[in-house]
Amino acid sequence: MTKQEFLSALEVKLSKLPRKDTAERIKFYEEMIDDRVEDGLSEKDAIAELGTVDEIYEQFVKELPLLKIIKERVTPKKKLSGGMIALIASTSIIWFPLLISGLSLTLSLYAVLWSLVLSVWAVFASLAISAPASVISGIVSIFTANITQGLLLIGAGLVIAGLAILAYYASMYVTKGSAILTGKSIIGIKNLIVR
Amino acid sequence: MDIQLKRGLLDVCVLSAIKNEDSYGYKIIKDMSPYIVMSESTLYTILKRLELGNMLTVRNVEHNGRLRKYYHITKAGLGRIEDFKDEWREVMNIYQFVMKEDKKR
Repeated sequence: MTKQEFLSALEVKLSKLPRKDTAERIKFYEEMIDDRVEDGLSEKDAIAELGTVDEIYEQFVKELPLLKIIKERVTPKKKLSGGMIALIASTSIIWFPLLISGLSLTLSLYAVLWSLVLSVWAVFASLAISAPASVISGIVSIFTANITQGLLLIGAGLVIAGLAILAYYASMYVTKGSAILTGKSIIGIKNLIVR
Repeated sequence: MDIQLKRGLLDVCVLSAIKNEDSYGYKIIKDMSPYIVMSESTLYTILKRLELGNMLTVRNVEHNGRLRKYYHITKAGLGRIEDFKDEWREVMNIYQFVMKEDKKR
């Protein structure tokens, strides 16, 4: 890939990001290639050191705050004409509820995800509390009530303790999974907006 | 590392790279490389942020028939480095305390 090919591929890809900065970003990368070539690298090696166009794009998406991406995408490129404003206003009865429901759907998905996390931890907590309680009441009933009932309670307590350990690992996995999912989906939302 | 913390540290790192003399993108990355590897997109974002925060100024200089951007540190930028040095003394004290307590176990 020559420098020109690389830069035009980069320009196409980066134009999905807030457009205001595209030209400046391309110039920055051009300077980076030129300086590497001056430093003794071949043009091919200089380009290879910068990473692929897709990698650069992904890095920029990660660096940019979500709010900035939204703001720059929502801000119209050109001034809206009166007719356009009227059209947007008159159709707002359709798009406004859609926008609100889209937003609330996204939020409720996060709520569902994190309440799942909360509920598995609640299961773990109840098991963790009832296990020692069951063992203790078992020991007490060996001495006060009858031995069979006591042993049964202790046995049940140990089973519950085992379940608690399993529940602990399950909760850890669910929490980690949800954290990863939340992080990835935010990058996904960014991608959705810049597309 | 915490993203906010890292962002602040890298800002100071880039400011230090232009502290003694004006520098340009590739040289900044090369000067920092023995200590920290930074991608171009990260450097671009930091330079942009520092410029918007009036920590540095940018000027185009003709070099071998093309333009190269040179970055010049401002008073505010120098102040940011001094602040960092003060803050870091505090962080080092905390670190020493953490390590001392850790050894007691």
